[in-house]
Amino acid sequence: MKTYYDPKDLKRFGKIADWDGPLAEKFFAWYGDVFADGALTEREKALIALGVAHAIQCPYCIDAYTQDLVGRGESKEAMMEAVHVAGAIRGGASLVHGVQMMGKVDQMSM
Amino acid sequence: MTDLAHKSLQARGERLASPAAQAATLDAAGFGCGRWPNFDARLRQEGLKPLRPKSIEVFQVNVGYVCNQVCAHCHVDAGPDRREQMSLELMALVLNCIGPSGAKTLDITGGAPEMHPAFKEFVSEARERYPQLEIIVRSNLTILEAHERYADLPVFFAEQGVRVVSSLPFFRADRTDRQRGDGVFEASIRALKRLTEVGFGKSPGLILDLVYNPAGAFLPNHMESLEASYREALGKEGIAFNQLIAITNMPISRYLEYLEASGNLEDYLDELVESFNPEAAKGVMCTNTLSVGWDGQLFDCDFNQMLKLPVGHAVRNLADVADWEQLTSRDVVVANHCYGCTAGAGSSCQGSTV
Repeated sequence: MKTYYDPKDLKRFGKIADWDGPLAEKFFAWYGDVFADGALTEREKALIALGVAHAIQCPYCIDAYTQDLVGRGESKEAMMEAVHVAGAIRGGASLVHGVQMMGKVDQMSM
Repeated sequence: MTDLAHKSLQARGERLASPAAQAATLDAAGFGCGRWPNFDARLRQEGLKPLRPKSIEVFQVNVGYVCNQVCAHCHVDAGPDRREQMSLELMALVLNCIGPSGAKTLDITGGAPEMHPAFKEFVSEARERYPQLEIIVRSNLTILEAHERYADLPVFFAEQGVRVVSSLPFFRADRTDRQRGDGVFEASIRALKRLTEVGFGKSPGLILDLVYNPAGAFLPNHMESLEASYREALGKEGIAFNQLIAITNMPISRYLEYLEASGNLEDYLDELVESFNPEAAKGVMCTNTLSVGWDGQLFDCDFNQMLKLPVGHAVRNLADVADWEQLTSRDVVVANHCYGCTAGAGSSCQGSTV
């Protein structure tokens, strides 16, 4: 293995069942139900997944949900907006801790 | 993203204009070294070999390779520089053969079939001689806007009760124009509005189907949601249509050129092979279609025609057919491009096969 990530591993995801079939089975069944049409459409869920994929920086998920959304005919604009939402939440999550920092500074200062 | 060529592979003198070079390219990508099983072996593995036609329901006639467009995915390698054209004598023979063959559908394709000088006469005579025959014209839409001599075609199609099957690879301009050329989407929308005006897509008997083929290296998927998006986007323009048909891009000719140039060839073939669906293989169009080339040669499908793979039968030309029943006893000729018709929900000129 020359790299940490191999794109081919995405297609081999199902292999995780080789070492623990019952748990993998539960995971994939749950995963399938999560992404089925419900109060949110499959398409909306795929856009959320794309955003989350960027937030957690999972290359497999970015690959998978980009392909999924292109196949659904999603626009580049919508996909990029989803990525910005992820970026904004990540950025905001860092920034909001600034309030903690400020409070701490105020608390320990005369 | 790759630039769109303005000439056919043939006119550019490209290696991939040759069917042998196309087969060699697929071999080199992974079939030759055994990375993927040859299609023939895969069919055998599923007990589907030999693949035999059930009957001849569809007479698919390619009247010539000339076209006003040079689309990036075109399996015909059609374009304004192509000169192949069916003779009037052969058109007459085609019409004579429809009855004895038992075909229920005449499927006219090209190139842009409307550019054949005798196109209208061919359609009118087919309608006159066979009132119950389903006549399909595969239109690229922009031809209806290309010149005033094509301006009356929507009315002509309606009068002749033609089922119009039109390529519209996407419901937005960006992806459509990347595949088919600048301005194609806008011209297609104008043509679709004219078809809608005469009743296509909304009046009984005036059928307008749209064809979606992915503008890129991916397989058609999520057809229900795509059709809803097409209806919403085109509905805003006042355009109606009957159904959205998905056709998988075949890894041959100009689409093969695109796959190679964009570095997507191996992944795309891998996807096709991985998505092989035995159920889709049972309904492939070569089991009910006979493809007639512009020169009268017979093929199992339009793709085999472009790869110069004639029917596996002693009689290989329309002029020589004496026994139609016997022609259906042939084995379908398959090669590795056939994975394109058996992936996922399957693909044919009529859409999915499952």
